[in-house]
Amino acid sequence: MLIFVLKRLASTIPVVLIAITACFFILRLAPGGPFDQERALPPEVLANLRAYYHLDDSLIVQYFRYLGRLAVLDLGPSFVTKDFTVARQIAIGLPYTLILGGSAFLLAIVGGIVAGIYGALYHNRSADWLIGAVAMTGLVVPNFLVAPILQLVFGVRLGWLPVGGWGDGGPRFLLLPVIVLALPHIARISRLMRGSLIETMNSNFIKTATAKGIGRRRVVLRHALRPALTPVVSYLGPAAGYLLTGSIVVEQIFGIPGIGRYFINAALNRDYGMVLGTVIFYMALIVVLNLLVDLAYAWLDPKVRQR
Amino acid sequence: MTFSFKTFTGALALSTLLALGSAHAKELVMYNGGDVTSLDPHKLSGDWEDRVEGDIFEGLFTEDATAKPIPGVAESHETSEDGLTWTFKLRDDAKWSDGEPVTAEDFVFAFKRLMDPKTAAQYAYLQYPIKNAEAINTGKIDDLEQLGVKAVDDKTLEITLEQPVPYYPSLLTHYTAYPVPKHLIDKVGDEWVQIANIVTDGPYKPVEWVPGSHVLTAKNEHWHGGPDTLDIDGVRFLSMEDVSAGFRRYQAGEIDLMTDYPKDQFKFIQENMPGQGHFAPFAGLYYYVFNTAKPPFDDEKVREALSLAVYREVIGAKVLGSGEPPAFGWVPPGMNNYPEEGARFDWANEAYPARLEKAKALLEEAGYGPDKPLNVTLSYNTNDNHKRVAVAIAAMWKPLGVNVSLENTEVKVHYANLRQGAFEVARAGWLADFNDPVNFLDLLKSGIEMNYGQWSNPDYNQLLDEAAKTQDLDQRAGMLEKAEKIALDQDAALPIYFYLSENIVSPKIEGFVDNVFDKHRTRWLSMTE
Repeated sequence: MLIFVLKRLASTIPVVLIAITACFFILRLAPGGPFDQERALPPEVLANLRAYYHLDDSLIVQYFRYLGRLAVLDLGPSFVTKDFTVARQIAIGLPYTLILGGSAFLLAIVGGIVAGIYGALYHNRSADWLIGAVAMTGLVVPNFLVAPILQLVFGVRLGWLPVGGWGDGGPRFLLLPVIVLALPHIARISRLMRGSLIETMNSNFIKTATAKGIGRRRVVLRHALRPALTPVVSYLGPAAGYLLTGSIVVEQIFGIPGIGRYFINAALNRDYGMVLGTVIFYMALIVVLNLLVDLAYAWLDPKVRQR
Repeated sequence: MTFSFKTFTGALALSTLLALGSAHAKELVMYNGGDVTSLDPHKLSGDWEDRVEGDIFEGLFTEDATAKPIPGVAESHETSEDGLTWTFKLRDDAKWSDGEPVTAEDFVFAFKRLMDPKTAAQYAYLQYPIKNAEAINTGKIDDLEQLGVKAVDDKTLEITLEQPVPYYPSLLTHYTAYPVPKHLIDKVGDEWVQIANIVTDGPYKPVEWVPGSHVLTAKNEHWHGGPDTLDIDGVRFLSMEDVSAGFRRYQAGEIDLMTDYPKDQFKFIQENMPGQGHFAPFAGLYYYVFNTAKPPFDDEKVREALSLAVYREVIGAKVLGSGEPPAFGWVPPGMNNYPEEGARFDWANEAYPARLEKAKALLEEAGYGPDKPLNVTLSYNTNDNHKRVAVAIAAMWKPLGVNVSLENTEVKVHYANLRQGAFEVARAGWLADFNDPVNFLDLLKSGIEMNYGQWSNPDYNQLLDEAAKTQDLDQRAGMLEKAEKIALDQDAALPIYFYLSENIVSPKIEGFVDNVFDKHRTRWLSMTE
């Protein structure tokens, strides 16, 4: 098992390196630099700044310096938030993103699976259609539209919930952003779950179980659910990735200081270190998530374990 | 990974404690735009940073409620007859937030640090009027001791200038002229700006900073004005980019003061929130720059025709819908040391149809017409409002037979292109740093970075140079006005509108005075619960 994990991790190293290299050079190819702005700087001041951040060395030197620092987990300085290093900013933003993304992930799984089971059990009846309709709405309406609507209704009009901000990080502040973030994933998971469960319920071993006189609830929960979960689980890896990167819009609209928004802002600001830092961080995260999904497969499906 | 959760839990615990301890404190919540780059006054460049910095630091001069310079840390000052030497007497009770006195040495240290190329201060050039400052900052002089700033004793500071600067007090209110705590920087170096270390000498001090979220300030107990004179206990400066989301939070009462607003809500605010929208003249200019190094924009007639055809009266009123006043001159109205309305285009008072006819004739003279249309690439940085203006102006140029192709790029690319002269006609803007018309006139001077269009006129340059040496303010204003007129006559660039300051202020807040510099230090504000 340990060997399997280590092997999987080792196989990602070249991919990660290529990605870092590509990202490093593509960023530098983009026109405009971190110090191009509305107020042009005198050339001498610009030179001072470039020297300060070692941007006046050749690109290759800069590249190897970056790799050297990366080896000791130093992600370098940020040009934009100068009082914090990139690593510290990620460290500060990460808990917010994790709490937000993690809550949305849990909500998506629980909500999606429950809705999917209901959809499957009552399939082609009105409950199923209702769930299907709500799910489709959640899927097609983009979150930058859902978020303002929820803010206007529950925050501005009714005044039940805060419109934005992290506050004390309590459920009142989390509720709206988590719902907005989870909505499309609830929808997708419920569709996957429904389809898969309907198929499983028609398979022979379930018919056998039913024929033996096992109650419906037990058939579903003990026998059908586990095999039916496989497509859902394979969706969870990418979903977790989407949830953590997809929080960009939600973090902006709700004013939550997570790392999602760095992604866009840093790229627009040509904050090279910050872009690379977030890319590397997300890469590491997605590698780990994929690994977890593989392990979950093995648990769910004995056929995978034997391989 | 070395990421520590300790800082996070620490910050959470601290903020909870603060929230409990200050349950009844008057905290002003402000929508402040982008993230603050730094708390170090030598590492900033934006107006959103100035709002924080101006509350927590105080220079020799500071601003009153109308943004006029008033003595800050300096109790009094004397100027030598030639206007070159300024001697400041510092207040005895000026203290850092750790109780240490603010000394002349702190200022000397700050100015040297600002000019030291190793600090890489983006905005150092604003203080170039100080003797030898430019030479030191650009590496021509290595010896920092030659900077024209000297501590005569603990409480007496002497600054020598390259040439007289009539607006010097205004320049001294700028954050590049703030003192920094030498005693602390000597001890901890660059780490001094960390929230755990920082001490400041303004009415407030920073107590919490979560990047991407907010900077929180509290009263500085050691401030010379006395903490009891401050009505507001602290400000929560929110970093938010999404102005619509910010506006919704304002509507819900979560934000007390917006420093920007969603433009499409202009009418809604006027109709439904009486007295809350503060849209006031602001020392800022929105203009198009011609690349005069590139034909046909080297031709004055072409430039004048294009300028004449811009129907400025409708841009603020209709195109943007937020009422920005049309610009028929280069210097915004209301600047110090200058007539209220400086020079204007000769044709400023003519009706638009007459202007258009004139424009057509001029363009024909320049050799363009229906048979030979003029093709113009108009560049702007990606933004809804810039787009609206560009589309409108393209339509205004259409009757002249001008074909416009619009080109938009993100802001970093746009300004890189401007700097390299890779454009034909491009959008630009300027906000004043200090209260004097040279702030704007310098933009068209030869050899200045911001003169993107490379327009050059020896008379213009000479007038500016002479004005810089002139101490008599009326005489100086006359020279500057003459220079402005030259720039307008030759259509050096195309002024479109003057900016408005755009604050949405909750009725809870009192003491908010509209002013051309859009500076509203918290010490002048008060708040009812």
